[in-house]
Amino acid sequence: MRKRGSRPIYMPVRRRREKANMYSKGTKRKFSDGVDNKAVAASYSLQRQSLLDMSLLKLQLCHMLAEPNLCRSVLIANTVRQIQEEMAHDGSWQVVTEALGGSGHGPSDRLVDTEVLCQSSEQQDGGPRLYSVMGYDGCREEEVVTDKALCSVVVGDRAPALLLGTIGHCWDRGELRVEDGVSKDSGTGEEEGTKSGEGAKMATGQVFGTFEIKNGAPGSDPALEELFSDVDASYYDLDTMLTGMQSAPKMGPYDFLDSLASSHGSVSNSSCRADLNELDHIMEIIVGS
Amino acid sequence: FVGVGGGNDFQWCFSQVKGAIDEDVAEADIISTVEFNYSGELLATGDKGGRVVIFQREQESKNRPHSRGEYNVYSTFQSHEPEFDYLKSLEIEEKINKIRWLPQQNAAHSLLSTNDKTIKLWKISQRDKRAEGYNLKDEDGRLRDPFRITSLRVPVLLPMDRMVEASPRRIFANAHTYHINSISVNSDHETYLSADDLRVNLWHLEITDRSFNIVDIKPANMEELTEVITAAECHPHQCNVFVYSSSKGTIRLCDMRAAALCDRQSKFFEEPEDPSSRSFFSEIISSISDVKFSHSGRYMMTRDYLSVKVWDLNMENRPVETYQVHEYLRSKLCSLYENDCIFDKFECCWNGADSAIMTGSYNNFFRMFDRNTRRDITLEASRENSKPRAILKARKVSTGGKRKKDEISVDSLDFNKKILHTAWHPKENVIAVAATNNLYIFQDKIN
Repeated sequence: MRKRGSRPIYMPVRRRREKANMYSKGTKRKFSDGVDNKAVAASYSLQRQSLLDMSLLKLQLCHMLAEPNLCRSVLIANTVRQIQEEMAHDGSWQVVTEALGGSGHGPSDRLVDTEVLCQSSEQQDGGPRLYSVMGYDGCREEEVVTDKALCSVVVGDRAPALLLGTIGHCWDRGELRVEDGVSKDSGTGEEEGTKSGEGAKMATGQVFGTFEIKNGAPGSDPALEELFSDVDASYYDLDTMLTGMQSAPKMGPYDFLDSLASSHGSVSNSSCRADLNELDHIMEIIVGS
Repeated sequence: FVGVGGGNDFQWCFSQVKGAIDEDVAEADIISTVEFNYSGELLATGDKGGRVVIFQREQESKNRPHSRGEYNVYSTFQSHEPEFDYLKSLEIEEKINKIRWLPQQNAAHSLLSTNDKTIKLWKISQRDKRAEGYNLKDEDGRLRDPFRITSLRVPVLLPMDRMVEASPRRIFANAHTYHINSISVNSDHETYLSADDLRVNLWHLEITDRSFNIVDIKPANMEELTEVITAAECHPHQCNVFVYSSSKGTIRLCDMRAAALCDRQSKFFEEPEDPSSRSFFSEIISSISDVKFSHSGRYMMTRDYLSVKVWDLNMENRPVETYQVHEYLRSKLCSLYENDCIFDKFECCWNGADSAIMTGSYNNFFRMFDRNTRRDITLEASRENSKPRAILKARKVSTGGKRKKDEISVDSLDFNKKILHTAWHPKENVIAVAATNNLYIFQDKIN
């Protein structure tokens, strides 16, 4: 369980000096001259990967709630799609796959970052599939639909226009704290001290880590475990998730979600009160009212 | 009349605050919708616990000529209960998403309230007289023996303590697979529309077992879903026209005379994207959280994450006015994405004359824009400014490095204190602002 106020491991560490620059610069975003272009590009890729990871995490958690907010899911999924399209265009996708030793696969085949989520549904042994981890059928349709949207993203022709600066300056997480009582400055100072060393090491690990997990069961890969070591791995255990969905919603996952999001309406607000309305509800169904 | 403060002629004052003072907010008490009725005499709120509280404005009293009538509780009732959908193994929240008043047709008042799945029509009636002296029954209601009745008398009406009763008259259920986000009463006063993430339905107020589906954007293959409906509203005068907004920042105006299924819009409103400000968050912040027609019916207003836009219905390619609500958040979008605040759905509203608009922000701030003078003001709903008739001071968020005295820096904003729901009295300068579990009422200062 991630403790309140701490930043997840996959977030890149920002130097404190950059905070002041962001404030004084107003709304226009520019990297200062003299920064090495290669370093900028690397930093941008890192941040983009972080955003991708964060989005995928949100989508996974989304499906653990009683009923995910469809609008939010769609927006997050669109964001993931955008990032993946850009990564494919950049060729960074190909770079990664080459490094992994992949041979001769086109970029579209490799847009499988999210296949891990689709794959979990394939791992199930028959039985009713209540939902797929990545899909809008979390919104509870009568038909069960497997969503492979993100597994089969078609790479469009147009390159999404993107300003590096805009992304770059968004990453300073130290600025905003939703939780009460967290002292921002002291908190981030501490964390940066301990994690700056790990940060660089994490960077390469996390870029490859997300591809490796597609071949293994979620949670079994060391890179992935390191990535999510803050998180209780049982949340990504498919059995746990399915069990959780079939019974009354647990409060466990919500604690984690709370640290990500404050009073967002998608969080179910109470445990099941089936007993109160059970008989009435059954009667209504029978009577057909 | 001018709706925005800041000048010498006009200022907003605190009037009342309703709700618990406790720091610990019970989730069920969080206000989820606020709505004045057509005359402004009644003010309804819905909360996450499924309750509706209606306030009524007291008649102005001669004793205190300087204060306008206050709003006091008129009726409280449980509109929706939590339900469990057995087929899908899901709980259906009782949270009231929207309340819309029906035009008053007799002594009783009626409103529509909706949660994620079910819309209910409530009739609120009051009794302040009772009849006494029946012939066929006793005072306690027992039937009298007919043979014992020797003479006839005329029952008399006697005053009693006012009793307000709310009863559910219609329940419109089972028409929405997805979560209902909007309801809107049509100008014909006979029909109304309800919208969920993918569909818009048209109902007749008298008929509960049938509704017409007029918009359906559900793709054949759910994997192809990239856009959802976020809000919908009927035109205030043309009963055949309605609009619905989307998560991609577009608004479609539809004419129900054109076809039974309004999948093809009559007008399509979208502002071209500014390529210089494009980011991965562009789509999310362009998602429209609320759409409202002006009272005149000539304009409509949309709220997206950072701005409010006024559109002329005759011009589709761009809004006629754009107001920045909290532009200083643009550089924080990533953090706001992480903590989910970027998905907050703020509402917006017009004043009675369509000369001013209001919307909420964070830190219990809310913003007002005067369309004529182009002045804007930021005010705060807080207990500190809660002395009777205290004038609200303008607040300012400092965006630069230097923070002036009385300004608050972006870092210090409390993102838990969000004002999502506000309402403006249809005729006067009275506003209701919902701050989590408290309802603030502000009025203009009478000189």
